[in-house]
Amino acid sequence: MKIATKFLGEVEIIEKDILMFEQGLLGLEDHKRFVLLPISEEHPLVLLQSVEQVEISFVVAYPFAFKKDYSFDLSEEDLEQLQIENEEDVLTYSVVTMKETLQDSTINLLAPLVINLDKKRGKQIVLQDNKAFSLRYPMQTLEGSAK
Amino acid sequence: MLVLSRKKDESIVIGDHIEIKILAVEGEQIKLGIVAPKTVKVHRSEVFEAIQAQNKEALSASSNFLEQLKKK
Repeated sequence: MKIATKFLGEVEIIEKDILMFEQGLLGLEDHKRFVLLPISEEHPLVLLQSVEQVEISFVVAYPFAFKKDYSFDLSEEDLEQLQIENEEDVLTYSVVTMKETLQDSTINLLAPLVINLDKKRGKQIVLQDNKAFSLRYPMQTLEGSAK
Repeated sequence: MLVLSRKKDESIVIGDHIEIKILAVEGEQIKLGIVAPKTVKVHRSEVFEAIQAQNKEALSASSNFLEQLKKK
């Protein structure tokens, strides 16, 4: 199927790649169906585009590329909602707040997007320790690899 | 909204597993102790509001960032 996207024009997607965010993202609870779209080979960035509404498109980053020791535990409730059975199915992204330059841009480590690729379910999780996880972590510190 | 008055060291119980206790009252500041199962998430409401605002700000990215990526 074809969808309209904010940054890439019309894009052909496979229906079974659609990710279900049952609770939406915080503050944007009405938008529940998204797809991940690649944008860069050099940068650990992808787009999270709403299937239904063209303007709802986030740049998201692979957080471990910016903070190698980033880690958090998923609650029982999260595991259940996302139907997570194997750790390998889980993908984590951070919402990027894009500024004029990539160096000035930040990623949100406090509320990561956790995706179960196998079950095509996603959720924005609020981590408990809001002192250890920055809401605006600078992207300039590219530490890890994009892989 | 249910409104209850409590004094220091008094508490309220919500459901079967959650207890909220008033630990200290110092002027405008009230210290709460919360006993809840691990599955119950407890957050300051400002945290949620800040994340909501950040999500909305993130949506304002303009398409020229894609050009930037290519330049790097």
